[in-house]
Amino acid sequence: MFDQLRFLLQLTRAHKIARRYFVTNGFDGALTILGLTMGFYASGGVDIPVAISACLGAAIALTVSGFASAYVSEAAEREQELKELEQALVHDLEDTAHGRAARLVPVLIGTVNGFAPFIMALLIITPLWLSEAGMALPLAPLEASIVVAFITLFLLGAFIGTVSHRFWLWSGLRTLLIGLLTAGIILIIGA
Amino acid sequence: MSSIKRIVLDVLKPHQPNALDFASAIADQNPGCHVKVTVTEIDEKTETTVVIIESDDIPYQTIVETITGLGASVHSIDEVEVGNLPPPERNSR
Repeated sequence: MFDQLRFLLQLTRAHKIARRYFVTNGFDGALTILGLTMGFYASGGVDIPVAISACLGAAIALTVSGFASAYVSEAAEREQELKELEQALVHDLEDTAHGRAARLVPVLIGTVNGFAPFIMALLIITPLWLSEAGMALPLAPLEASIVVAFITLFLLGAFIGTVSHRFWLWSGLRTLLIGLLTAGIILIIGA
Repeated sequence: MSSIKRIVLDVLKPHQPNALDFASAIADQNPGCHVKVTVTEIDEKTETTVVIIESDDIPYQTIVETITGLGASVHSIDEVEVGNLPPPERNSR
């Protein structure tokens, strides 16, 4: 099954698209949750269960939106490509690897696009959960979450740098700077 | 009983899978077959190829199903070699 999946991904070159979606929507997710936690922090803090619920709600909304938007656009693109290929080959491709790829790849890409922000959100709100579970943290829960968000953004940048064969540290620092700028703007507006 | 030893097919295929993956997929699905793919013409979305398959006994239908399953189509059989093996000897008492 995995061999078949790998073959279909190779056939459509979808692994590169999935990777791009993962970074794009993962970045969106990380920045959104950073925005939420910074908002809570700037307003003087809220109860941790409220912060967890708000972040989780935003993460679920991002997941559904990410899946739906990527699935709808990819399905339309793949269908169009399949029709063009059918015209060029002058035969029906529904029961071929191309037909299967046109049906499966949008689901796969939608899943990646949907789960990327969800995973980022779960990572960022982990300190809130740990604090709620009674674990002692070196920082206040919201501050710890903000630090994890910065680390997540840095790692995403480093990943982009590795993929694009650039210096990973510079790439990581660039996405970290975007996070810091976002946090700064929220602090100024929220102060 | 006769069996196909060598067959040359004119195949129109999409750019993906490429010639290497295409030949590998045919060989994987049909063990014992030696597969050679030559791309003779490239268009915007398709490639015309010559597929040469050699084996002791080529399963033609399975080969065609593999090729069509990869999105390609067999346009013609350009060359074929068929052998007729003698029946296996029976042990006489």
